[in-house]
Amino acid sequence: MNDPILEMRGVSKSFFGIKALRAVDLTVYAGEIHALMGENGAGKSTLMKILSGAYRPDPGGEIRIEGSPVRIEGPLGGRAAGISIIYQELSLAPNLSVAENIYLGREISRAGLLARGEMREGVGPILRRLGADFLPSTLVAHLSMGQRQLVEIARALHARSKILIMDEPTTSLSAAESERLFALIRQLRSEGLAIIYISHRMDEVYALGDRVTVLRDGRLVGSLDKQDIRADTIVRLMVGRDVSSFYKKDHDPEAGRGHPVLAAIDMADGQRVKGCSLTVHASEVVGLAGLIGAGRTELAHLIIGAAPKTSGRLELEGRPVEIRTPGEALEAGIAYLTEDRKALGLFLDMSCLDNINLAVLGRDAKLGWVLDRDKARERADRAFAGLSIRAANVGVPAGGLSGGNQQKVLLSRLLAIAPKVLILDEPTRGVDVGAKSEIYSIIDNLAKAGTAILVISSDLPEIIGICDRVVVMRSGHIAGEVRRTETAPLNQEDIMSLATGMEHLDA
Amino acid sequence: MPDNGASEAKRAPATTNGAAAETRRQRMRVLISALGMLPVLLILCIGFHVLSEGRFFTGQNLGIVLQQAAVNTVLAAGMTFVILTGGIDLSVGSILAASAMAGLTLSKLPELGMLWLPAALLTGLGFGIVNGALIALLRLPPFIVTLGSLTAVRGLARLLGADTTVFNPSIPYAFIGNGSLTLVPGVASIPWLSVIALLVIFVSWLVLRRTVLGVHIYAVGGNESAARLAGIKVWAVLIFVYGVSGLFAGLGGAMQAARLYAANGLQLGQSYELDAITAVILGGTSFVGGIGSIWGTLVGALIIAVLSNGLILIGVSDIWQYVIKGLVIIGAVALDRYRLQGSART
Repeated sequence: MNDPILEMRGVSKSFFGIKALRAVDLTVYAGEIHALMGENGAGKSTLMKILSGAYRPDPGGEIRIEGSPVRIEGPLGGRAAGISIIYQELSLAPNLSVAENIYLGREISRAGLLARGEMREGVGPILRRLGADFLPSTLVAHLSMGQRQLVEIARALHARSKILIMDEPTTSLSAAESERLFALIRQLRSEGLAIIYISHRMDEVYALGDRVTVLRDGRLVGSLDKQDIRADTIVRLMVGRDVSSFYKKDHDPEAGRGHPVLAAIDMADGQRVKGCSLTVHASEVVGLAGLIGAGRTELAHLIIGAAPKTSGRLELEGRPVEIRTPGEALEAGIAYLTEDRKALGLFLDMSCLDNINLAVLGRDAKLGWVLDRDKARERADRAFAGLSIRAANVGVPAGGLSGGNQQKVLLSRLLAIAPKVLILDEPTRGVDVGAKSEIYSIIDNLAKAGTAILVISSDLPEIIGICDRVVVMRSGHIAGEVRRTETAPLNQEDIMSLATGMEHLDA
Repeated sequence: MPDNGASEAKRAPATTNGAAAETRRQRMRVLISALGMLPVLLILCIGFHVLSEGRFFTGQNLGIVLQQAAVNTVLAAGMTFVILTGGIDLSVGSILAASAMAGLTLSKLPELGMLWLPAALLTGLGFGIVNGALIALLRLPPFIVTLGSLTAVRGLARLLGADTTVFNPSIPYAFIGNGSLTLVPGVASIPWLSVIALLVIFVSWLVLRRTVLGVHIYAVGGNESAARLAGIKVWAVLIFVYGVSGLFAGLGGAMQAARLYAANGLQLGQSYELDAITAVILGGTSFVGGIGSIWGTLVGALIIAVLSNGLILIGVSDIWQYVIKGLVIIGAVALDRYRLQGSART
């Protein structure tokens, strides 16, 4: 490694007197994958927006690219300085072709007319170099998430960027697509690009990172070289304390043995779910593992009546129940926490108070319809205290809270109905480390109180850490079950080989 | 280091001042967003009062403004329910006409004459529920459905009176159209039309802010998929809001019929939907749903009425009234956007 390609010295940014970034020094070299980690709100996105030109840093700091100081201004400033950013939510226009997207804003025209052919030819070499299996003329709407990411990368390369920033690029990718992306990122590294890789996921950082930089509360709290990258060190840097009891499991999984609360029998929707049966007992935390696309969320939607089923039946505490809508599921005592908090869970413009009380408004109401505002207020205050939700007060809109606090607000809504069965779909997605640990202990306490809990998660360490038993799905079927025994704890390999349907191969 | 101490002492009050200014600014922002368009309304009123050499703020003129605002306020109240769910109701003008026609036709029958008022309300409610059912059960886009009924119901309104003006000089309950409620005998009175409009606003406020249904309406507008998953019967909420919009259009029709003693299926209520939508938007209700208040709608409806009245008072020609009204609407909403930029939404 020779001269750094990007140097940030003492870069700060404050909003209305609040310091979002405090004198951060960051050095990135060409040909390295530099992982950037930190809890939500640690300043990662602020840093990124400064590099893209969306924010202007406070005076006093300095940014150098290849040794010479630069000012990055305006939305195109980052790209002009050789920096491209691939956001979590991709910024492609699905109604345009691959070539048009890559040329967006810099279209080639001849005599005022768009030179489509020329643009298509122009992107050909880059797409070939990236190993793309689609044509420049393909509409982006027809591409998978993995392919779209490739288009974003192609756009960055086409703009001759030297620094590529990727913000949690694997959140919407399947395992196979993620693997392909990793291979590509390594290829780009060997071609001399500098890659800043932002992620919450430890396994990705292990797999890719040449160096890890950790931000906390807007400060850079540490940089680790490859040989020093260890999960506990990183977690300690991120949260600023030891997280020895990260996963909490105090409940007794045997307490409810022989008392099945939820039994789903032969559930199918004719598409993604092809005849699945599972049982959850009282005081038990059952994991539902599987690759993305295995049908786990779809199965949960069938159970709560959010999607029409072609076959299957449910038993609740041994008695058959008919559930056709999510409303009926709630009435029966089955609560479902969605994986897509913003699109399917919270009402971002509504107050936390309304969000928390939504499922029990009718039950609490006076004269059947009139809101009982005292009761609602009390319930929201209790939820804030009980789940340590951090917000100015219960009246603020839920959209303004951090990911972890939003998740706790949503969870409070479900807990308000005192569910018998709680189905949690990716309960800690987009949640910072501190809140994760809190959510685990909430789950544990609920199990202790007798709730039957089904946890869908793609985060294997999480599944292993909190579950008593793991049911694994593969392409719409239940592939098998992994049980904890006295001699052997749950392990990742058993789950993965069931999920992928392959004998475990040593790499 | 005496120097250091002095500078420290100097800095301390400065930061306290800064913090105080920050809180004051915060409080100001909360106040501004609560007041919404009210300041605009007041400025318009004062401006017209000055320009018309004191003819705006007279008891008689204010009565006229309130009366002129009444029907639009009622329509806009219904429209607020619909827009809060992220929908739109383009058919209210036509429904108003059909309800007035149905009411007037019935009022001429000697035995059933007294029933014309409920008949008008039920006609409006019926059309509204049909709109709602098409939108909620067949999942058709509200714009398309109500655009269709804008035309179809207009046709039915003409059909009801055989495409003529129906006239009934002895219509029962005529007082609601032209009478006034006396507050202080000989000093202050308020037109019945305005009393009805204010009652409608108050009842709407009760439903939106004090009932379970109200929260559900905001929830459906804020995030329909999340509402469905939270167990809210989205279809029922949608049928309700379009039903309310139809019912209020029917009430508007009754108010017009009682005021004019007559109705014409072709002309009555033409493009009233635009004024109603304008009042809702001026009132700060978000076009995508989920955010807004009925009081804002009242202010919006008053702004429209004050503009019409004031421009006439100061003698602006009919043609220029259109231009000015349109520009004020765009300007007011632009101001609103600017005002909301500082709020917490991300």
